[in-house]
Amino acid sequence: MQPISTFSSRTVVLPYTNIDTDQIIPARFLTTTTKEGLGRHAFTDWRYDANGAPKPDFALNRPEAAGCAILVAGRNFGCGSSREHAPWALLDCGFRAVVSTEIADIFRNNSLKNGLLPIVVDEQTHAWLLQNPGVSLQIDLQASTLTLPDGTAVHFPVEAFMRYCLLNGVDELGFLLQQSNAIDHYERTHMHEQTHT
Amino acid sequence: MKPKTLFEKVWEQHEVAPETADTPAVLYVDLHLIHEVTSPQAFAELRSQSLSVRRPDRTLATLDHSTPTDPAEVFGRVPIKVESAARQVRAMEKNCREFGVELLGLGSELRGIVHVIGPELGATQPGKTIVCGDSHTATHGAFGALAFGIGTTEVGHVLATQCLLQRRPKTLAIEVTGQLRDAVTAKDVILAIIGKIGVSGGTGQVIEYRGSAIDALSMDERMTICNMSIEAGARAGMIAPDETTFAYLKGRRFAPQGEAWDRAVERWRKLRTDSGARYDRVVEIDASKLEPMITYGTNPGMVVPITAKVPDHPSDAIHAKSLAYMGLQGGESLLGKPVQVVFVGSCTNARLSDLEQAARVLRGRKVASGVRMLVVPGSQQIKREAEARGLAQVFTDAGAEWRESGCSMCIGMNGDVVAKGQYAVSTSNRNFEGRQGSGARTLLASPLTAAAAAVAGRISDPREFLRA
Repeated sequence: MQPISTFSSRTVVLPYTNIDTDQIIPARFLTTTTKEGLGRHAFTDWRYDANGAPKPDFALNRPEAAGCAILVAGRNFGCGSSREHAPWALLDCGFRAVVSTEIADIFRNNSLKNGLLPIVVDEQTHAWLLQNPGVSLQIDLQASTLTLPDGTAVHFPVEAFMRYCLLNGVDELGFLLQQSNAIDHYERTHMHEQTHT
Repeated sequence: MKPKTLFEKVWEQHEVAPETADTPAVLYVDLHLIHEVTSPQAFAELRSQSLSVRRPDRTLATLDHSTPTDPAEVFGRVPIKVESAARQVRAMEKNCREFGVELLGLGSELRGIVHVIGPELGATQPGKTIVCGDSHTATHGAFGALAFGIGTTEVGHVLATQCLLQRRPKTLAIEVTGQLRDAVTAKDVILAIIGKIGVSGGTGQVIEYRGSAIDALSMDERMTICNMSIEAGARAGMIAPDETTFAYLKGRRFAPQGEAWDRAVERWRKLRTDSGARYDRVVEIDASKLEPMITYGTNPGMVVPITAKVPDHPSDAIHAKSLAYMGLQGGESLLGKPVQVVFVGSCTNARLSDLEQAARVLRGRKVASGVRMLVVPGSQQIKREAEARGLAQVFTDAGAEWRESGCSMCIGMNGDVVAKGQYAVSTSNRNFEGRQGSGARTLLASPLTAAAAAVAGRISDPREFLRA
């Protein structure tokens, strides 16, 4: 994974609450065995009409959405299934951050592991972002701030270890593999009574 | 010693390394369940790093999500119609073969929905940590296990190290007191809970369901409750193990035997939350006031008693969008609304007792003309048992389709779909837009309510079909 530090982008806004992973990437596109190419199916049922033509009024289809890397969405974004295809699809669309007041647990975890930043902000900031689509924001992971066009820096929480991994391009699996002595020890001391499958 | 909750006990017993300010806990996983949809990219990662599966003996694989339910396809008499699904099935067979993981594959008599077979085989046990690349993994919490869904990257972590990096979640106790009234089921309880706390009410938390109404439930019913914890946003749902749990597990294939069984039960009895233990939050529900529930919108929190009217919030644009998708008006009654599809199945409600409930309504009756009813058992074992007990005959006599096990119409990625605009009363867990097929309109309910809708051809109060 490439290290992430700061980036700037205009926003695209999907103002709906509880956008679930079935909207982000419907299940019928999950019969793939790779991570690639899911972006074209993101939000399929909102984005295309019955003939597969883009709906011009859908936010992601508007000309000003081109090149936007920050998605601002209503509360509880990413609820529903554990499919990692959801962040894969968003990344493939060019998004690098999702901003909301609340982001579902599994989606948040999956996003962090792929370098898509789940950013939770206060309601006032969120309400302003929803009302002002297309504004330019700067995201600074080191400082954990999102800077609004007027220069206000809004702090967002990021779990310390994930932040370290993202800033340094460190893979969590590498860290876990380094724990093998501790895992061996745990297995020796805790497994005596357990039935294995 | 400080009193502890069920969750705290299981969590602390699995800390390979506890969390610090800088690093999450390294949490050991006792049982890793895998299926064909969320594992291929994890196996690819293992291959690219020349890693092996650390504990194939703690890994159990099955095929359920993208597999067909038509017997001809399942048993290879005709090719699987959805070509990409067929490729995914072949990839799973190859991955399991090459990495030495036991696969309960298409021909296996033990195959089924991953969250149905874990308990059925006795692999799901109290006090275990159980993960799967599937958000309904919380189902296994019904046994007092800490069970939660993970993404594909984490599936790779568990395959390679049998561990996960996790921050400790908060705890939420949901105390369900009182006695359920007739025709009010576990599904109605969990729908009412989600309606009360909301679809993100459990975010960042592990729920423990407790109280007299929970104690009175069978294991099948407890699984239905825990299954939908994720629909309230929770990481996991748990129920303390008790005599009901032990009676269910005794003698099952992977359950301890002989003296090991006695020692296990002794250990499991200690898992109950200590008196005086503190939860971060407590919510109370009176079960005796609940009615059969049904969803009317596009998330499981949009739910009302079946006799109620669709809530009207004219100034709420998001509510209006949801009702527009559903083709419903605020203030109208759900009872009497025509339906085109009824689905009894899924990891929420496809166990034997769920099929018995549906059969209670269907016995001696017919599925209304113009309604397609699909009954999909949760596993091949349940299928055989339902056939032996005459339940399958009840369904086919009524005019319903009786299928091989799988996720089927819950997820609409395997050939079983609801057509655009159709109303489907479904015993599954998600009524999201397009969940059961593009444009499908899902109303979640219990097997009793689903079967009542099938017979009437309209949304109906199941109590009318249960009176003598």
